[in-house]
Amino acid sequence: MLAEKYPEEIKAIFAKYPVKRSAVMPLLYLAQRAQGYIQKDSMQEIAQMLELDVTEVAAVVGFYNMYHDEKAGKYRMQVCTDLPCALRGADEFLAQLCEQIGIKVGETTPDGLITIEEVKCLGGCNHAPLFQIQEGDQVAFHENMTVDKTMELVAALRKAQE
Amino acid sequence: MTHILLRHRDIPDLKNIEVYKQNGGFESLKKAVTSLQPKQLVENVKASGLRGRGGAGFPTGVKWSFLPDNIWPHYVVCNADESEPGTFKDREIMEGNPYQFLEGVAISCFAVGAAEGYIYVRGEYAPIAQQIEACISEMEKQGYLGDKLFGTETSLRLKLHLGAGAYICGEETALLESLEGKRGMPRLRPPFPAVVGLYGKPTVINNVETLSNLPYIVEHGPAGFRQFGTEKSPGLKVFSLSGNIERPGNYELPLGTTFRELIFTHGGGIPNGRKVRAIMPAGASSSIIRVDDETFDKVMDTPLDYESVQSLGSMLGSASVIIIDDTRSMDWVINKTIHFFKHESCGKCTPCRDGTFWMEHLTTRIHNGQARPGDVQLLDSVAAQVYGKCLCALGDFSTMAVRSAIERFPEDFEKVIGS
Repeated sequence: MLAEKYPEEIKAIFAKYPVKRSAVMPLLYLAQRAQGYIQKDSMQEIAQMLELDVTEVAAVVGFYNMYHDEKAGKYRMQVCTDLPCALRGADEFLAQLCEQIGIKVGETTPDGLITIEEVKCLGGCNHAPLFQIQEGDQVAFHENMTVDKTMELVAALRKAQE
Repeated sequence: MTHILLRHRDIPDLKNIEVYKQNGGFESLKKAVTSLQPKQLVENVKASGLRGRGGAGFPTGVKWSFLPDNIWPHYVVCNADESEPGTFKDREIMEGNPYQFLEGVAISCFAVGAAEGYIYVRGEYAPIAQQIEACISEMEKQGYLGDKLFGTETSLRLKLHLGAGAYICGEETALLESLEGKRGMPRLRPPFPAVVGLYGKPTVINNVETLSNLPYIVEHGPAGFRQFGTEKSPGLKVFSLSGNIERPGNYELPLGTTFRELIFTHGGGIPNGRKVRAIMPAGASSSIIRVDDETFDKVMDTPLDYESVQSLGSMLGSASVIIIDDTRSMDWVINKTIHFFKHESCGKCTPCRDGTFWMEHLTTRIHNGQARPGDVQLLDSVAAQVYGKCLCALGDFSTMAVRSAIERFPEDFEKVIGS
């Protein structure tokens, strides 16, 4: 239960807005922090807190790219392939990365660690190729990347799990 | 190079509040709150000629003056949902010079009589959002936000709201919907946000870069601001330069700087000995400017201001200049941009939702060499039917690259059909 796990955070979130419903997005991030993705029971709890129908909460989850209602790897590696990045080799970078890691876009490594996703502009066009790693509600940018540098990062992430 | 917005490039550690204070930080906010009337401040910003830096270029002071005096409270909302492909300027301002940005937000709150301001930061910038929240706490601690500012009766509070990945939330009414806890879908206008905005109250929505100009305008006055730029497009502007360019990055230059200076003097020209073939000056939403031997000098000598870029059949927008070299074909370029808009269409308006779907279908077919006779005309016709028929500009934006590419680079499409 979010209410038991994050009482202070929830209090601070509600203090921010004059209207309860505005709290839905930060609360969804808390749910994602708690379980890695947003499960039905979290949506139900948030709906109750905000006096909304659970469908209204699910509609918000479905609308935004950074909320996930399905389990994936611990780290979502999100590579931008929009035009400015593509002009600097992002498509080739993504293809080679998939080959090296041994999975396709949208798939997860067998150890459950990494999911590769292709995403829209991240606001780092001058540092392409780049990706962000999303883990729960945390985001980290990795810019000016090469496949070799990325594989070192993957190895480090694997090592950190042991 | 003079920096007003990217001052952190000249002053190390400007994101430390003490360093910011040593460099004149919060003096403008103090001057505004203690010695200016809100109305005077609005007049000053009008006189400065500052135009919105988010893309539309609407005069900021005029926007502020639309708020009615008989409906309260007023809100200020800062649009930090920077998501246009090719745009990364607000990110650098917030990362490197966060207090100047926040001082600007505070000044705008005072100008329109808002006691509360919300800053809507795109979800992908979560680490920057964390830094901005820490800066807000520091300002509260030191008395630059809160009650009885500088010993006056003015109260000011800033709050940060984190988005979760949706280009459409950069559209101001979609942003308000999102802040209210709904899906980010644009509202029907009128009523405009200046009258019915956040929580149904009068609201001013400004871009990060726009607001970051305010401390300078308060300190140096309209004339000081107007020493840079052109008569109709005054001030400095951060140009985000990306694509096939030797030195991609942000360049803070006077509005009216030529394409030649931006691309060759600052950007270092095109890598690998290639030539520039096309320019998209307003990110993925641009009409594509054709550059060839015949038009090269005309394009390069064009000043980057709102009117001049329009004269080339494109727009300045948020000044996100994407350079495309002569190894690229436009059928590929528009397939890329349409892929983006199809993904980011919120789905509310049928022409945009279905139009981007069909345009993606057609551009993919054309790019893959599987076009049927008439496909290019069909693509152009679909684009024409999307344009001007949606609640917000996303639908229009999705057609810009498509229609201009077909019109200005016919050889790229003939070649595709012939193959």
